[in-house]
Order: sequence, then structure tokens, then C-alpha cells
Amino acid sequence: MTTSRIAHACGITIGGALLVWSAGAHADYALNMTPGVTAISRDVYNLHMLIFWICVAIGAGVFGVMFWSIYHHRKSRGVVPAQFHESTLIEIVWTVVPMLILVAMAVPATKTLIRMADARDADLTIKVTGYQWRWHYQYLNENIGFFSTLSTPVAQIHNDADKGEHYLLEVDQRMVVPVGKKIRVLTTAADVIHSWWVPTLALKKDAIPGFINESWTLIDKPGIYRGQCVELCGKDHGFMPIVVEALPEAEFKQWVEKMKVSNPNTLTASGGKTL
Amino acid sequence: MSAAATPALDHSDHDHHAGPSKGLMRWLVTTNHKDIGTLYLLFSLTMFFIGGAFALVIRAELFQPGLQIVNPHFFNQMTTLHALVMVFGAVMPAFVGLANWLLPMMIGAPDMALPRMNNWSFWIMPFAFTLLLSTLFTAGGGPAGGWTLYPPLVLQTGEAFPFVILAVHMLGVSSIMGAINVIATILNLRAPGMTLMKMPLFVWTWLITAFLLIAVMPVLAGAVTMLLTDKYFGTSFFNAGGGGDPVLFQHVFWFFGHPEVYIMILPAFGVISQIIPTFARKPLFGYASMVYATASIAFLSFIVWAHHMFTVGMPLAGELFFMYATMLIAVPTGVKVFNWVSTMWRGAMTFETPMLFAIAFVILFTIGGFSGLMLAIAPADFQYHDTYFVVAHFHYVLVPGSVFSLIAAAYYWLPKWTGHMYNETLGKIHFWLSVVGVNVLFFPQHFLGLAGMPRRIPDYALQFAEFNMISSVGAFLFGLSQLLFLYNVIQTIRGGAKATDQVWEGAHGLEWTLPSPPPYHTFTTAPEVK
Repeated sequence: MTTSRIAHACGITIGGALLVWSAGAHADYALNMTPGVTAISRDVYNLHMLIFWICVAIGAGVFGVMFWSIYHHRKSRGVVPAQFHESTLIEIVWTVVPMLILVAMAVPATKTLIRMADARDADLTIKVTGYQWRWHYQYLNENIGFFSTLSTPVAQIHNDADKGEHYLLEVDQRMVVPVGKKIRVLTTAADVIHSWWVPTLALKKDAIPGFINESWTLIDKPGIYRGQCVELCGKDHGFMPIVVEALPEAEFKQWVEKMKVSNPNTLTASGGKTL
Repeated sequence: MSAAATPALDHSDHDHHAGPSKGLMRWLVTTNHKDIGTLYLLFSLTMFFIGGAFALVIRAELFQPGLQIVNPHFFNQMTTLHALVMVFGAVMPAFVGLANWLLPMMIGAPDMALPRMNNWSFWIMPFAFTLLLSTLFTAGGGPAGGWTLYPPLVLQTGEAFPFVILAVHMLGVSSIMGAINVIATILNLRAPGMTLMKMPLFVWTWLITAFLLIAVMPVLAGAVTMLLTDKYFGTSFFNAGGGGDPVLFQHVFWFFGHPEVYIMILPAFGVISQIIPTFARKPLFGYASMVYATASIAFLSFIVWAHHMFTVGMPLAGELFFMYATMLIAVPTGVKVFNWVSTMWRGAMTFETPMLFAIAFVILFTIGGFSGLMLAIAPADFQYHDTYFVVAHFHYVLVPGSVFSLIAAAYYWLPKWTGHMYNETLGKIHFWLSVVGVNVLFFPQHFLGLAGMPRRIPDYALQFAEFNMISSVGAFLFGLSQLLFLYNVIQTIRGGAKATDQVWEGAHGLEWTLPSPPPYHTFTTAPEVK
């Protein structure tokens, strides 16, 4: 008696929650990973969706059997429990079938991983250095280097001013790159470990003091792509965003010429002390 | 079996008079497995509420974008201490408490094999946690570098640093002693006829867990000792400037950390494998395959550690190896889930509170397993790593996983331990509030992670606002519901309807042949197992 009443109450609660959910569906709910703007990011997105749907299918099967059983095989329906157990055949089947599914997942995953690891023949190289709490970008082919720091006003963070559209995801100086060129990104850090991530590029690499990690990206579409530091790096870990601006090649060249004058590389081999 | 239990009763009645000391001294000097089990369980319940309060500070700050309640440094102390308290203070000691109470009664032993060491391994814990939590009041505050203690960041910890390291050492010593005790008890004190392959699955999972503990806790001790010498004695194990490697720490830490994950879930598998057959009134589908699956998971847990570190820049071959090995874990884990479902199939089920929590465990742990499989796929992991997707994943396996199994265990064995039935209606209300709360809390975190929200940040961009708010509402619902559990447990200890010896219609095993509550000493004469 009580149980059914509780179940009923829960039904109402869940129903209410769904209603709130659908009412808010027009709000800016981002539910899923972005397919991104590179060939690699689309591969990763497809891989993610493939595994997701395989999991949904397995889940539907397993939970389906379980709920059928919960509904039909309950004592209150007067059933007599079966006493069967152990079946070598079934046990072999439910070991081998998952193995095959795993192999089917591993093949595309391996292909993507191999492509991601190949940073050869890059058109330009940018060294990204993590600091507590900002990023430094150095263009190794050009003589350009600059820091990139959060530009959101402190008043917004402390709720003394209205928050802007790109709250916490805006910087004073963007990392500008050309579209259609293979960009090699070298990550390292000057103090503690950071991690450089731009979701739309599917590029995440730890920035580790004393070590240089290599990765690459090739952006198809001009645009502004935002990300954040994703390795806990102390007090202001949440306040060191990344903004990448991808420009058509001609505009990128103009930017480089301008920067060579205004922002020659200030970072010496011994670190960023010259700032 | 009931006939076999009778001589044990005679003895225990006799011993009862000489039984426990009176007052506080009873708990300080006790070497009785039931007393120590109670101490462990009550201690872990206390820690569960302390760690939960830290989590609510986190969720309150994240209710809205902007900084409202705490500053970022204190926020980081909360995330760090929430994890340390929940892992080492709530979940692990709770399973040791269950082991203390249940292993001797399940295998027909009079007590744990090493009772004085048992007392010591418990009493280290309150001191270790006093030390750890006192760091909140030191200059510079408590540890704020995350429970994973990654250098170089962790070396920026203030005065708290040596306290944290010493606390971790003490917890490690306590765990290792507890594990030695479990192994010594299971391998030496089984009743005649209780062969290894007749042991209840809870005993099996704990035996395997104890080996994991002994294998990895010293590794953690080594890692944190190297941190200590790096900070105070001029060594450079993890300092690239001195020829060391910060990533080395991560390798060593996760060589401990991944088996640690299974330390927190294998005994949970054991609990669920006891409960489901009881309420399905049907034997576990594949006992032997459950044992082999547990052992396989334990073995695999040693060769998958670097899947926590796919983004550190490993060579391609390393990434491929750790991806394949991690994916492989899905196979024995699947075997477990399939076994529970086939045990329910064509049973005659009833849905008392322990069964409800066990069913929720199977469903929600499986969802955590699915996200784990997604995380295993290295190229996709680059997108998930260090986002809320990971937070959602490990909370699904730890909260509706480990914690639900502990709550299920408490409801299931509480009538045996106290001799009183708990309040079933209250138990069911507790269940429904918990299961709704935990999903409202953690499910939206999958979306947050996929949409790009990093973990361990005190403030976030505006597109994450809605789901953070929903998640925080769920957190308070889930957290406050646990007060019902506390109330129900206290009421059951104080009184309630008399429990029968068997308690549950479908319960089988030596512990159910003893009276409820069992006398202070049980099985002083070993029962005969056929």
C-alpha cells in the first residue's frame, strides 16, 4: 500500500521534472559534444556517438530483461521461483559477444588515435606555455610571442556587474591561426601542470613543466573557438581561458606583420621574467 | 546448519557474562569483531556526513555562475578534502566495518584472526582524520591540489602539507593491517567444510580486495614519501629542474589509484551478490563465473592505470595498450551484470529496501560502466578528460555504486546486528528520495562535461548555468535525504519490531543461523558446513 503511494508520488515528481525540462528546452542547454571544426574533431565526435549508441543498445537490452523480470517475476503475482543456475553455453556467449563488440569499437578508435599522433609536416608551430594563471603563445616560425590573460572584469565575477556573453571565456590577446594549415602545437608549462583544451578542435594536451608535448590541428572554418585550462593548477585554475581565432590565410599574414612590430617575442629561454 | 549452530550458542551465553567492558573503555580496548565492525561503520557514517557537507559547499558555490559563497582557494580545499574524506574515510572503512561484522559470521569463525591488530587498525583512523581535517585551520588552509596530489602543484600546499602526508601514511597503515587481518581470517579460520568455492561471494570479493590493498597501499606510501622529500629534503623525484619527472608521480599514483577504484567496488559486488538472490528467492546464477570475473577485474586493474593520464603525452603504443586493456575490463564487468539479471529472471521477487537499493545499484552502476567504456576510448577521452563527464562517471560508480551497496548492506544486515527490524516505510521513502536525488545530481553532469565544462572550477561560463543549478538542487535533495537514513538507523538500534533469526525469507548462509542480535561471541565451536 505505502509502496504504491510512494511510487505514485515519485511518478509525479519525475513527471514534474520532465515538464520543467521541456519548458526549458528553448534555453541554451548544450547536451552533447560538438562535432567541431577539424577532420579529427569530427572523427572523435563520430566515435563518441558510435560508442554512445552501442551503450544505449546494450543498456536497452539488459534493462529491458531486468524490468520484464521485475514486472513478471514478483512474489506478489504468486510465481514460484525457478532454481536453475549455471549454464556454460550462456556464459560463453555473454563473454564472447561483448569481446566482439569491443573489437568493433577498437578498430575506428585505433585509426583515429594513429591519425592524431601524426604531427609531421606542419605548416607552422606554436609553443603554448602554461603559467599560473595565463597562457603564453610563441610563434616559432615568426618572431612573435605574447601572454593571453582573462579579460572578464573582476566586477562580473563578484556579481557586481552583469555578466557578458563570453563570461570567463574571453582574453586580452587571442591566439590567432590560419585556416587550412596544419598547425603544430607544443605545450609546456613554467610552474605547475596545466592542460590546454579547445573542445571544437578536439585538442587537449597537458602542459608539463620541463617537458614539451606535441599535438596538431587543421582548422577548416574561420571563427573564434574557446576553451579552458583543464588541469587543476591552483587558485585561479578556473580563470585562464583559451581563445583561438582562425582567420583566412591572407588576414592571418596581415596579423603576423602587425604583431611582429607590436609583440616581438618577449620570452627568453630562461622563462617569462622579462614581462 | 541450524543444529550446528547450537553449541556455539551455549558458549556465547556463557561468554556473554565475561563479555564487553563497560562504558567508553569497551570501545577503546575492544578486540571483538562485532564491536570493531560497529566502530568502523559509525565512523564511516560520520565521515560520510562530513564529506557530504564539503560536497554541499561545492554545489552551493556552483548553484549560480559568479563567486558567491567561498573563494577559489577554499573551493579547491573543499574538492580535495571531499574526495579524501569520502574515499578513505567513508567508503573504505565502511567496507572494512562490514568485513569485521560479517566475515567471521559467514565463514563460521569465532572472531577475526588478529583481534588486537584489528583494534589498532580502527583506532588509527580517527587520529588520521583529526590530523587531516585540522589542516583546514592551518596557515594557508588545507590541501587544495586535488586528492590526486599531483606535483608540482601539491608542493605549493602551505603548512598543511606534512600533516596530509602523515595522515595518508596512517590511513595506509590502517588499511594494510585491516587487509592482512581479512586474508588471515579467511584463509585460516573457515569452519570445517567451508571450502573456498563454498564461501559467500561477499567473502570472496573481500579476499580479493584485501590482496589489492596490500599490493597498492605501499605504492601510495612510497609516492607521498617522495613528495615529502621533494618538498623538505631537496630531492627531485618529480622536479624536472632537478632531473626528475612530474609525470612519474602520476604513473605511481595511478598504479595505486586504479586498483583503489576496485577496492571500493569489489566488496560492493559482493554485497549485491548476497542481496539479489535473497529477494529473488533463487540461487545466484553463476557463482563460479562471479568469482572468476572478480579475480579478472582485480588482475586487469593493475595494467590499466595510465587511462587516467591519456593527455600527458604518452607514446602512441602506450596509449593503444592502455586503451585496449581498459576496454577489456568491460567483459568481466558485463559478466557480473548479466549474472545479477539472470538471477532475478524467473525468481519470485519482493522489493524490501535492501533489494530496491540493490536493483538501483545494478542499473546505475551499469550506466557508470557505460560512461567508463566511453572514457576508455582514448581519442574520445581527449574530449572527456578532466571535464564534468568524468565527474559524472566516477560519481555514478561510487555513489549509486559503492554507497548504494553500503546502504543496501546496512538495511539488509541491520536486523541481524541489532535484533530489530528497521522502519520499512521510512526505508522506502529514503530509497526513492535518494534515487531521484542522485540522478538529478549527477546525470546533468554528463551534459556539462560534453558541453565543455572542466572539473574543479569554482565558477563557469554562462552556457553551463542551467545544468549546474539542476545538479545543485539534486545535491541538496540527495544529501538531506541521507538524514532519514541516519534517523532510521538510530531508531533501529534503539528498538523496533523483533527480527527473526533468518530475518529474510530467502536468506541463506551461516550468519542467518545465529540469533538476532547475535551474542557477543559466536561460533566459538565451529559449525559443520555440508
